[in-house]
Amino acid sequence: MSEWEAVIGLEVHCELRTATKLFCGCRNAFGDEPNTNVCPVCLGLPGSLPVLNAAAVDYAMRIGSALHCEIRPSIFHRKNYFYPDMPKDYQISQYDEPINVDGRLELPDGSLVQIVRAHLEEDTGKTSHMGGGGRIHDAAHALVDYNRAGVPLVEIVSAPDIRSAAQARAYAAELRAILVATGASDGRMEEGSMRVDANVSVRRVGDTAFGTRCEVKNLNSLRSLGRAIEYEIERQIALLEAGDTVVQQTRHWDEGKGQTVALRSKEEAFDYRYFPEPDLVPLAPDAAWQARVAAALGPMPAERRRRVGALFGEEAATGARADQIATVTEHGLDELVLAATEAGVDPALALARTANEASADAERARQLAPDAYVALLKMEQGGALSATQAKAVLAELLAEGGDPAEIAKAKGFEALETDSLAGVVADVVAACPDEWSRYAGGEDKLAQFFIGQVMKATQGKANGKAVVEELRRLRG
Amino acid sequence: MTAPAAALAAAVRSGERSAVSVAEEHLAAIDAVDGELHAFLTVLAEQARADAAAVDAAVGAGGDPGPLAGVPVAVKDNLCTRGVPTTCSSRILEHWRPPYDATVVGRLRAAGAVVVGKTNLDEFAMGSSTENSAFGPTRNPYDPSRVPGGSSGGSAVAVAAGLATLALGSDTGGSIRQPAALCGVVGMKPTYGTVSRYGLVAFASSLDQIGPFACSVADAALLYDVIGGHDPMDSTSLDRPAPDSAAAVGQGVEGLRIGLLTEFVEGVDAPVVAAVRAGADALAAAGAAVEEVSVPQLRYGLPAYYLIAPAEASSNLARYDGVRYGLRVDAADVEAMNRATREAGFGPEVKRRIMLGTYALSAGYYDAYYGQAQKVRTLIIDAFEDAYRRFDVLIGATTPSTAFPIGAKVDDPLAMYLSDVCTIPSNLAGHPAMSVPFGADDAGLPIGVQVLAPALGETTMLRVSGALEAAAPVLGAPVVGATR
Repeated sequence: MSEWEAVIGLEVHCELRTATKLFCGCRNAFGDEPNTNVCPVCLGLPGSLPVLNAAAVDYAMRIGSALHCEIRPSIFHRKNYFYPDMPKDYQISQYDEPINVDGRLELPDGSLVQIVRAHLEEDTGKTSHMGGGGRIHDAAHALVDYNRAGVPLVEIVSAPDIRSAAQARAYAAELRAILVATGASDGRMEEGSMRVDANVSVRRVGDTAFGTRCEVKNLNSLRSLGRAIEYEIERQIALLEAGDTVVQQTRHWDEGKGQTVALRSKEEAFDYRYFPEPDLVPLAPDAAWQARVAAALGPMPAERRRRVGALFGEEAATGARADQIATVTEHGLDELVLAATEAGVDPALALARTANEASADAERARQLAPDAYVALLKMEQGGALSATQAKAVLAELLAEGGDPAEIAKAKGFEALETDSLAGVVADVVAACPDEWSRYAGGEDKLAQFFIGQVMKATQGKANGKAVVEELRRLRG
Repeated sequence: MTAPAAALAAAVRSGERSAVSVAEEHLAAIDAVDGELHAFLTVLAEQARADAAAVDAAVGAGGDPGPLAGVPVAVKDNLCTRGVPTTCSSRILEHWRPPYDATVVGRLRAAGAVVVGKTNLDEFAMGSSTENSAFGPTRNPYDPSRVPGGSSGGSAVAVAAGLATLALGSDTGGSIRQPAALCGVVGMKPTYGTVSRYGLVAFASSLDQIGPFACSVADAALLYDVIGGHDPMDSTSLDRPAPDSAAAVGQGVEGLRIGLLTEFVEGVDAPVVAAVRAGADALAAAGAAVEEVSVPQLRYGLPAYYLIAPAEASSNLARYDGVRYGLRVDAADVEAMNRATREAGFGPEVKRRIMLGTYALSAGYYDAYYGQAQKVRTLIIDAFEDAYRRFDVLIGATTPSTAFPIGAKVDDPLAMYLSDVCTIPSNLAGHPAMSVPFGADDAGLPIGVQVLAPALGETTMLRVSGALEAAAPVLGAPVVGATR
């Protein structure tokens, strides 16, 4: 019997970071007091009408451009279904004439996923089920917050080109990096500003026809995306191997149970009765607008990874180095690495500090003045600061800003003069005669012991390399 | 030609008349006869007095309150008025008070007009007789046993009976022109996009247009000039300066080419046909070149309309689900609550159209119904375009008959739908059209002649309407109503 193959397509909803909503002037903000960012338009009050936000169109075109899509004249449709968190009981979306079509996304491993479309639509409100058991079916009542209603979304639909859970994760991660790089999104899956649905089916390797697919929803992190797809692939293979069939349905990922659960089947699916939205006019961004958008777009993650990778040659593609390169790029800190390297900082040091320390506080690190960062790395490289000290100064620099030299001074991190270091080393050696005789006898690993002792004696102010040099000099 | 609204505004602006006394006169007239006619759902007596006093104060202070200073205006109850009930004649919105004014209402106030009340209509503007109101029918002031037409029946009657000098209505398939014809007043549907729809509770968004009712063509033009012009709140609003059409009314028709639409006299009652032909003769006598023209595609307007309008309505009316505002009938869960609310809140005609429209948009039927109807719409636009290569305007009947008795067509929706056969094509094309009173039948019931023009052809349409008005037989006063 031949092997099974998974066929996966992802639909990603990305909330755009516009100041205002898609069709009205209400604030687009996460976490505000419920129902404070609302008006007649986004509440769908009788008589209100939508007016398209040009900034959302701009972001949609940036996304289309970054995904190598064809940007086309488009129209809006109404998608009709009843749901309490949808004020008009229809969603204004794009249907068969979307703004972006036929793009592609290249994954870090070089594989290509085709993008079918990336279209504009409005978000819904948010329902909280209260009382009773607190779940949909046994809640006593529900409260609806319409702050999110009308927030602009771009839905990015991939072709069914993905073949594994790992590849799906890589796709979602790369897409998130691209969305962040365009400025369109903050990429926060936990806050729902990026939401992923997965269409999963399986078939025998070699088959060309698709198997029956299931759509899996409620994937709130890359981890759940991977786990849910793994589970769904296994579930479908088990069904087929037992001689059963897969039923086309929408399934909900239960993170706690680690299972997908049926929500509704194809028969229960809504008939959305799409028709062209008569309250909006066709959207046809002219060539000048498209050119402005393309010109304003910086390099995308793949290109940026290549630039950082070029500093490391062959090494760049493998292991920890590749991970560090991916990390700095994903957090938008690759420019810091390049700036430091250009100023003469060792690429390995620049990459390590940026990937390990700066990325932990990426939001602030992106605001950092490159000059200050470069100055700090040079102090470390030149031995004026130990690694531990450099990290402490960086933390302060990120939190408070300022001049690294002054921060170091304020912390008392003045490097020991070579003379006084020699004195401390001599004291430590005198205090530890046994260890010294073993080191002198050739046990090099004891250097670490002496570095530790010297650090203790100097409250971390000594430079490890300088200590080793002094030890070697004493050994003769 | 007289223009009562213009004359009234001039008198108020010059200080010759006080806006408060004008308002009091009209409120008294409403008090006296609206119990019988039922043109109004809400009378805004206190607000009207306060607004009128503000107009007088402005005049007293040497200011100019605007071109409609002190003019009493009635507003159809599907136009949002801040803090004032806006019911659409539906139980589902019975107690709803909008937090905002429709753009046109704001422009009325800015022009110094005094809104005296909200007028009755067929529920959500669906109907041709104002009998489909959850709050009872409106009666025709020329014969209270007969309908005023619809859906803007209340607004037509308010002007016809002298309860307001001007009124606003909405016209989706003839809802301004048909009641204007049946009540002996001028009713105008402007080009789609020239008057903002912001704050008009939607029936069929691609067809709805707000327009004026008046006692004269000049007054209709005056009101159109006030409410027209670009509004950034309506994406379908045309980016053009405010209209300036009032001057066109008296310019005559010398040299204009006018087509008499044979489709708009065939199957039409004899007295109406006679009035249309008399109107055509009068225009020819005034110097226009008049000839008959057939545009057979217009016959398909009615069936296309009864797919497109319900389709859009089925979506526009989905929001009345009991969740956020309006009526709520509690039930076990949300879906049951939605169902119970809509079952109790909508009348039979609204339900019929929601079902028709839902069906027309359904998977597997879209192409055969909604898609096909949109093709017919394009066909009609093309046919009009062809006709307008040869003619500046087209004329015909507004309605196939004069006012019919209350109850005569309530059990026969198709017969009722046929009332709009001559008015629907202009909505499908987005073109302007208006109805001008032109005499009466033997029973003294008013007749309207319709003038149709190509998109943005308001100026020519108003010239022709002005000439028709000048030649029209004098219409008797309504049997119920104030002197106007």
